[in-house]
Amino acid sequence: MSTAILARPTAGQRLLGLWLACVGFLRLLSQRPVGLVGFIGIVFFLLLAFVAPLFVPFQNDPSLVDIYLTPSQAHPLGTDFQGKDVLNQIVFGGRDILTVAILAALVSTVIAITFGSIAAIVGGRVDSTILAITDVTLTLPKLILLIAVAAILRPTSFVFLAVILGLLQWSSLLRQIRAQVLSLKERDYVEAARSLDLGLFHIVFREILPTMRSYIAIHFIFAMTEAMYAQVFIVILGLVPVSGSNWGIMLYFAQGQGALFFRDSIWYILSPILAITLVQLSLVSFASALEDIFNPRLRGSA
Amino acid sequence: MTTAVAAKDQVRTAMDPRRYLGDTWRHPVARAVVKAFLTIWVTTTLTFFLIRLMPGSPVELKIDELIQTSNGSLSYEDAKAIASGLFAINLNAPLYEQYLSFIWNLLHLDLGNSFLSSGTGVTSIILAVLPWTLFSVGTGLLLSFIVGIGLGLLAAYRRDSLLDRVVSTGGSLISSIPNYLIALMMILFLGVQTHLINFTGMRGAYTSGLQPGFTPAFIGDILYHASLPITIYFLTQIGHWILSMRSATLSALEEDYVTAARARGLSDGRIRTAYVGRNAVLPLVTQLAISVGFIVGGAAIIEQTFAYQGVGLRLLSAVTQRDYPVIQGIVMLTTIAVVVANLAADLLYSKLDPRIGRAGGAAG
Repeated sequence: MSTAILARPTAGQRLLGLWLACVGFLRLLSQRPVGLVGFIGIVFFLLLAFVAPLFVPFQNDPSLVDIYLTPSQAHPLGTDFQGKDVLNQIVFGGRDILTVAILAALVSTVIAITFGSIAAIVGGRVDSTILAITDVTLTLPKLILLIAVAAILRPTSFVFLAVILGLLQWSSLLRQIRAQVLSLKERDYVEAARSLDLGLFHIVFREILPTMRSYIAIHFIFAMTEAMYAQVFIVILGLVPVSGSNWGIMLYFAQGQGALFFRDSIWYILSPILAITLVQLSLVSFASALEDIFNPRLRGSA
Repeated sequence: MTTAVAAKDQVRTAMDPRRYLGDTWRHPVARAVVKAFLTIWVTTTLTFFLIRLMPGSPVELKIDELIQTSNGSLSYEDAKAIASGLFAINLNAPLYEQYLSFIWNLLHLDLGNSFLSSGTGVTSIILAVLPWTLFSVGTGLLLSFIVGIGLGLLAAYRRDSLLDRVVSTGGSLISSIPNYLIALMMILFLGVQTHLINFTGMRGAYTSGLQPGFTPAFIGDILYHASLPITIYFLTQIGHWILSMRSATLSALEEDYVTAARARGLSDGRIRTAYVGRNAVLPLVTQLAISVGFIVGGAAIIEQTFAYQGVGLRLLSAVTQRDYPVIQGIVMLTTIAVVVANLAADLLYSKLDPRIGRAGGAAG
């Protein structure tokens, strides 16, 4: 009997389970049109940023006769101040931004989960120390600090930028995770695991965190939107040494070259603005729909 | 008998310094004050060391600049002598000495002099721009708070109606668009494409040449120049207040005291304001303070976009000029302003909500 409980599912069973979960999830999501649109938007932009560059040739040759062209067959979104195709830049400019957003969200979520659950489970002096540090970081004006830090450290690699962003934004999530773990650790099944002496590691990673899976996923998405906001913020201000091209750098050049004030350049400027805005809107509407589905009572308490 | 025990207990508490300290620490007001000082100390120390650790020191940069502008007629030593005189700061002293004198000066509210215009105190530079940022950010934040709370209350009372869906979905969508992108779109559509707004005329905090004072013309001019930043702060914050107030109201509506008030036959209007609204708004007061920090940071880019002369714009120009004392001073002063706002909110909150004082924990 115990073998029946402990038997691991076969690969086929796992795939089937995953498929059923996906179908059930999409069905739930289809009842929330805004969330569904957000989900489609996220899939679209992920494909655009990570898959489309594999199929489209990269164009980086300036062409001085084609400056600020309005949309045409050859240039569906017009051209920029150097006569480069805007659509091409949009396709190639998403990868870095999304990678940094995901990395930064990963950094902040990992910090928040690790120290939030340690604080909640160990308690006592460890808890109050972690909480005091969190409170201090929570009140810091982070964007001002980000300007100073970026101006001083001049992050040249995007990974470094992501780590800085992640280090600045874990505090509110940590408080929420701590509160969740505090209430979860009083539940019967955690009590049962403790009486079986399964160890701290098992209790955190096998009992408590799986229950918070959807909660963590939602806040991961919100952390992504925050990281994306801060990242484009710092790029537009020109505080990150500019290399390559992404949507933020496009906007930085558009402002620096005065393209903002040319009537014909509207397609060039509007394209990265819309790309960033649509990604943000998709993420937020998807995350709020998830919040609605998984934690109806928690909605807005963040 | 119990009172005697309690009195004895109190005496013991007063006698034992460790327990006394512990009890004070548990007091929310003391905690909030200690937290505030800790935050300020951490930020100041952090900025101090970050600025000293960065590559390309200000002196070296100035020396390079002097040699370049002189077209090679200046030797490195000559340029260095001129630069050291210009900076009037001993950057070669050991780091801890610099740090100690820095803390000492800070306690005297002396934030040093600007590297670029020697003799101009950083404090006076900041005080010249800080009021404009506080004015525009404060107005935008208060407007969004008031309107957002009204709309959130309304949406909660008409849950799942068309109005609720439009208000809460619309609010969350508008707030998820980055504020600097809204600003750019405003310039694009209202300025460049349609010429509805004359953006160049709105630059600065007020029209130069106008006599500052409490005259209607001046106040109108200030509002005119601040109107775009205020609109942006309003738009990017309103969704947050609508959603928070909506969910707070929804949970307040389920409380027993609301049912009790209804049973007592109180009018709907009275229940809405004195019972539901008041209790729902309480937790939002602390959020108000936290968002001050966020908007002041975001103000930098908004002020740059609209050329509004506030702290953010000054910080950015100090960053491009590598004017360290100004960068450091602005980071510290804005932190202090934000921390004081948070402290005020914490104190206000424990005053407004008597449960907090007894529970012995800070809000949230």
